[in-house]
Amino acid sequence: MEAESVISAGEAPPKAERREPAGPAVNEGEYEVIHSKSPVFYDLYERKTELKQQTHYCPGCGHGVVHKLIAEALEELGLQDKTIIVSPVGCSVFAYYYFDVGNVQVAHGRAPAAATGIKRACPDKIVISYQGDGDLAAIGTAEIVHAANRGEKIAVFFVNNAIYGMTGGQMAPTTLVGQKSTTSPFGRRPENEGFPIHMAEMLATLEAPAYIERVALSDNKNIMKARRAIRKALEIQKNGSGFSFVEILSPCPTIWGKDPVEARKWVLEKMIPAFALNVFRDRIPSVPKIEVPQRSVTEVLELGAEVEENSTSAARHVHHFKDVKIKIAGFGGQGVLLLGQLLTEMGMRESLEVSWLPSYGPEMRSGSAHCHVCLSKDRIGSPLVSQPDVLIAMNEFSLRKFAPEVVSGGVILYNGATLPADFAAPAAQVVAIPAAEIADKLGSTKAANIVMLGALLEETECLSSGTAVTVLEDKVKKVELLEIDRKALSAGRLFIDDQAHLGAVSQPDGFA
Amino acid sequence: MRRLCKGNVAVVKGAILAGCRAYYGYPITPASEIAEAAALYFPQVGGTFLQAESEVAAINMVYGAAAAGVRVMSGSSGPGLSLMQEGMSYLAGAELPCVIVDVMRGGPGLGNIGPEQSDYFAMVKGGGHGDYRNIVVAPASVQEMAELTMLAFELADKYRNPAVVLTDGFVGQMMEPLDLEFRELRPPDKPWTVKGTPETRANVVTSIYLETDELEDHQRMMEAKYLRAQEAEPRSELVHTDDAEVLLVGYGIVSRILFSAVEALRKEGIKAGLFRPITLWPYPTKSLAEVARKVEKVIVVELSNGQMLEDVRLAVDGKVPVEFYGRVGGNVPSVAEIQQVAFASIGTTV
Repeated sequence: MEAESVISAGEAPPKAERREPAGPAVNEGEYEVIHSKSPVFYDLYERKTELKQQTHYCPGCGHGVVHKLIAEALEELGLQDKTIIVSPVGCSVFAYYYFDVGNVQVAHGRAPAAATGIKRACPDKIVISYQGDGDLAAIGTAEIVHAANRGEKIAVFFVNNAIYGMTGGQMAPTTLVGQKSTTSPFGRRPENEGFPIHMAEMLATLEAPAYIERVALSDNKNIMKARRAIRKALEIQKNGSGFSFVEILSPCPTIWGKDPVEARKWVLEKMIPAFALNVFRDRIPSVPKIEVPQRSVTEVLELGAEVEENSTSAARHVHHFKDVKIKIAGFGGQGVLLLGQLLTEMGMRESLEVSWLPSYGPEMRSGSAHCHVCLSKDRIGSPLVSQPDVLIAMNEFSLRKFAPEVVSGGVILYNGATLPADFAAPAAQVVAIPAAEIADKLGSTKAANIVMLGALLEETECLSSGTAVTVLEDKVKKVELLEIDRKALSAGRLFIDDQAHLGAVSQPDGFA
Repeated sequence: MRRLCKGNVAVVKGAILAGCRAYYGYPITPASEIAEAAALYFPQVGGTFLQAESEVAAINMVYGAAAAGVRVMSGSSGPGLSLMQEGMSYLAGAELPCVIVDVMRGGPGLGNIGPEQSDYFAMVKGGGHGDYRNIVVAPASVQEMAELTMLAFELADKYRNPAVVLTDGFVGQMMEPLDLEFRELRPPDKPWTVKGTPETRANVVTSIYLETDELEDHQRMMEAKYLRAQEAEPRSELVHTDDAEVLLVGYGIVSRILFSAVEALRKEGIKAGLFRPITLWPYPTKSLAEVARKVEKVIVVELSNGQMLEDVRLAVDGKVPVEFYGRVGGNVPSVAEIQQVAFASIGTTV
């Protein structure tokens, strides 16, 4: 901590009691040496392994000053017990050596994300994201932009010294044009590395931030401005008003190869012209609220008993049930997956073991869809149906593709007036049902899947149509659609019934 | 009572019953329903759901929330999990409990969205840098998606370590009856957290130990913890292993297929058994070794080119032959296919 009007760390004075802050009354050029420090700092830096009375920062380093300004602001605002500092990777990785507040050390660049997780868990606490230029403006660019854009109610203190310090002087995103570093040995070349990035200006294009200012540790006057900016950012958070961001142009004498005085001069003469000092945002954002209903866990997770199993009059004796494996296939939009879910729901309500497995794909138009349904009285092993007892083919493509898989003696229900002329039927019962036409006449082509459901139930009697009606009543919310579905279900059953009377089909073996 | 539920949704229901009230994630097929269910449920029960800008951000939000002591989770699939590896290493190093769900898909790279089990190495052996472990549970049904998520929260807190629910596209996407009752699992007291209170002011959450001895001590402590978990936590399911001559080994969706295959093989007069690891780390090495001792042959089946296979071989320790059958690319073997594999292996024809 060695700013010019500031001393400290040498001795460890007794804690708690300390002077009133000197405030703006200090005249420039006057030196007041104060042998005390904020109680927001530890008396002795016990987390260090050696030299526990001083920081690890180099003489003239800006971090010491920024630490002091933060500590004093926290002290003045009475926030010590409520504060959590998130320290980054970089020279300030050990901020937790010094600040006697809650401390969380995080991965490189991720402090705003971690601070988000902390703040959302502790919304009434003070969360500070302390970051350097490599951390915030290079590897962590996404995290800071999105934390700002969400208006996270945190304070971000961004120490910009135009260089990577801890790793030994590599180029930073804020390194000036022509500035030499170990990874820009000829000076930063904009045609190779681009221009210095202006984070305060970038963030000021966003709607949510409440306060954005750039300050500098170039001289006492600017340090006092920095002090006010840091305090203001914390006040904003204390009031719950929004996201604040203070960019602090800061000297790094060691890496810059300058003494502390020259380094400050460099901030004044080189950095400030490149990074204008300004208040870029200072207003409380207007944030529209959209209410979320608050309900109990039981309600939200639907843990209550709403539907009874075996509630339908057609509940069967489960132990006589012969397992059925069903594959349903067609185009996306034909209600293929829904039909499978209805069957699965029906099976469950008849106290069977059930599983439904969809083919899943990217949400693209005109894709094919299929699903697998298993109904069993016993534990279901594979939910994958590779040899279906029943195939419901909603289009010709699916019929041709999956018919060869159907077990001998199985059933194929095809959505079509007639089977394709060249279709070679396997050793299964194949029934063509003009489901789309039937559904169309009932008022909605979309009910073709329910026509097929009716046909399936009539053909195989694997589940009861009473259960089908109950499930439809529960699942279909629109009254007019439910009416069409009821008719579609009956129509499907009737079609099979008529066919049977005409002698067109016979009951296949295997279903009871 | 039972309700039809998707595997991915069951994860979220289990999480809420486990007392989890914070979800940070990013959408990806075939895991998106986890984020969608969390977005729907969490805010209604007073929790936080946030769609992060990336999986990198999401896992670090998880880090922050875990440091503040709340039960927190995220969910993703392979490519997203790759991005989370840095954060998971930090979480393990800083001893922060959380639950991460990996609904595995085909890889490497963008691969495809079909089911695979090819993240086993990354999750079970630890895909991030440094010497750490993830606790890994492997559900095989929708019911287990909920129950093992709850277990994952308990284990994560018990060992102060990330726990992974490792599942696949099929278990995530399928629907089965889910039977859950309201219960309230309360996280244990966590005096080490940083919550912005006078009691926690002296706490620090970190994974940096600059001194060599200090870091060695830290790692030894973690290792001791992992040894305790290896003693106490392995879980597995054994089906027809008492008299088994051929032992099929598989987890997750594969174990379901193997279950059917075992039943079918037994109908053919072949004494087949199933060993299903429920925890993949710690691996149920002892129980597998015990079962394997009594069989003539072990066949490992995975949706990978042989990842868990290595742990099976370590457990069997050369006592009996261990064979492998894998499908990849989003392909899943049929029951008949596994039967054929078993027949071919034991020199029988149908």
